[in-house]
Amino acid sequence: MGAEFVILTLPPLTAAVLAALACALPGNWLLLRRQAMLGDAVAHSVLPGLVVAFVLTGTLSPVPLALGALAAALVAVGLVEAIRRRGRVDPGTAMGAAFTTLFALGVLLLELSGAARVHLDVEHALMGNLESLVWLDATGWSSLLDGAALRGLPPQIGVLAATLLGVASVLWLLRRPLFASTFDEDHARVTGQRPALTGLALVAATATAAVAAFQAVGAIVVIAMLTVPPAAARLLTDRFETQLRLSLLLAAGCAAGGTILGGYGPLWLGAPASVSAAGTIAVLGGLALALAAGFGPRRRPAAAGRPGAAALDGPSGEA
Amino acid sequence: MNAPGAFPEVDLRDSPLALRGLTAGYGGQPVLLGADLTVPPGTMTAILGPNGAGKSTLLRAALGLLRPEAGRAFFWGGDLDRMRGRVAYVPQRASVDWDFPATIEDVALMGLQRELGLLGRVRPRHRDRARAALDRVGLLPLADRPIGALSGGQQQRVFLARALAQGADLFLLDEPLAGVDAASEESILRVLRELRDEGRTVVAVHHDLGTVLRRFDRAVLLNRRVLAEGPVALALTARTLQATYGGRLDPLALAGLDG
Repeated sequence: MGAEFVILTLPPLTAAVLAALACALPGNWLLLRRQAMLGDAVAHSVLPGLVVAFVLTGTLSPVPLALGALAAALVAVGLVEAIRRRGRVDPGTAMGAAFTTLFALGVLLLELSGAARVHLDVEHALMGNLESLVWLDATGWSSLLDGAALRGLPPQIGVLAATLLGVASVLWLLRRPLFASTFDEDHARVTGQRPALTGLALVAATATAAVAAFQAVGAIVVIAMLTVPPAAARLLTDRFETQLRLSLLLAAGCAAGGTILGGYGPLWLGAPASVSAAGTIAVLGGLALALAAGFGPRRRPAAAGRPGAAALDGPSGEA
Repeated sequence: MNAPGAFPEVDLRDSPLALRGLTAGYGGQPVLLGADLTVPPGTMTAILGPNGAGKSTLLRAALGLLRPEAGRAFFWGGDLDRMRGRVAYVPQRASVDWDFPATIEDVALMGLQRELGLLGRVRPRHRDRARAALDRVGLLPLADRPIGALSGGQQQRVFLARALAQGADLFLLDEPLAGVDAASEESILRVLRELRDEGRTVVAVHHDLGTVLRRFDRAVLLNRRVLAEGPVALALTARTLQATYGGRLDPLALAGLDG
């Protein structure tokens, strides 16, 4: 694996791993709070934000679109919390109500504003453009130490790294209030904590991670990495810290393994072309969850969970 | 006993919990109507009443978990916000998902969250307090176990340990003996009596008249309104019980009470 790998495969692999980690991290909390479908909600509700950003700026350049998407995502999560608390309905219902409404609003805005004439690439939105992240300034592994070459890295990698750092910091800071209020919100309120604020911070962090990841890896990987690694890890342990670690390991394994398998797997099998890295990542995640559900230790103590987890990380070992 | 509406001459500042005209409910339908109550310090009070009488609602409204439609709750004469460190709440066991990836010690440590704040580290002295609380309810040997493996009685004792770790002066418990095995019931009642003997105040929603007669100092009879309040022997009479439960009370349960 030489220069070609560094130029063509390392950047999408890095972006995929960063995006998967940034999503899996908040996903652990969402799973325990029965809000795992928040990623799906965010994916649908960014549409009005994209349309408004396009109408206001008249361009399809990534920065205003990302800001519009983030604003819409935050409106969506605020709406979900409001519906859940005011309407006394379960989180799933609140998310279903909020994101369909916002998505429909986006469709109407699209028609009214005339932006519908702009080409909206559905495949891009779903699958992202991982393969387009190439590092043309690289000449080989030594470029990793070359400042000038590093500046030529696709900007998405820097954005994703900063997002991961930000999301991880917020969740680390809030880890105890999140833990206590996810387990028993009433008790947390009586002790003077603000579960509503903590919950809002969590969903805002999730929305940020999702929007940042959408652009690079697409909606499928975002939704898969928010839900699948935490769910699989939950089946392997009864300890939250272990669950967190296993989910990050699984997310990174699926992302790295999926990028490589999608890129080289078909060639190894003699097929003429590659398949979508995003699709392969999501499929690997699904397989990991199926294995955890079928053969995992079913929530016996963490030590017993390790062999199952190691087996699931198989694909990344081929890198 | 005191007739409803007439309060004993207790300075509100001495009373860990006093309610004045507390009215609360759900969706505009009041369940609790104008509750007046003055809990003296260092006592063990049971709140008794039939299903739907508003017992849990009373606790939830007093603690601000439910916005009262009228009236107020006083904690040592003041607002709960200034007294939160001194008040421990033990919700109904069924109100949480026990299939949660936490250990028994994790839950006990949650009682210290207010003290730890956002940035505080869990230090050995915090861990010691959590473990001492677990020891008191007999769960120390299981401290490292996941809570998913606990029986109903053990779950209730973990909840009590979380409140004990907090080091509060007033304990408000919602059905602490519901669905609990005999050994756990004995253990919980013993801890509650010890707390009372230390000068702390215990208020528990409860449903079993027999336990109240034998183990509690004071009783509050509730059926949407407070129908009696006072020392057990004075508050629980055939007349007040009849008024609270109507015809639904087993006549045998009334035997032995004064007419």
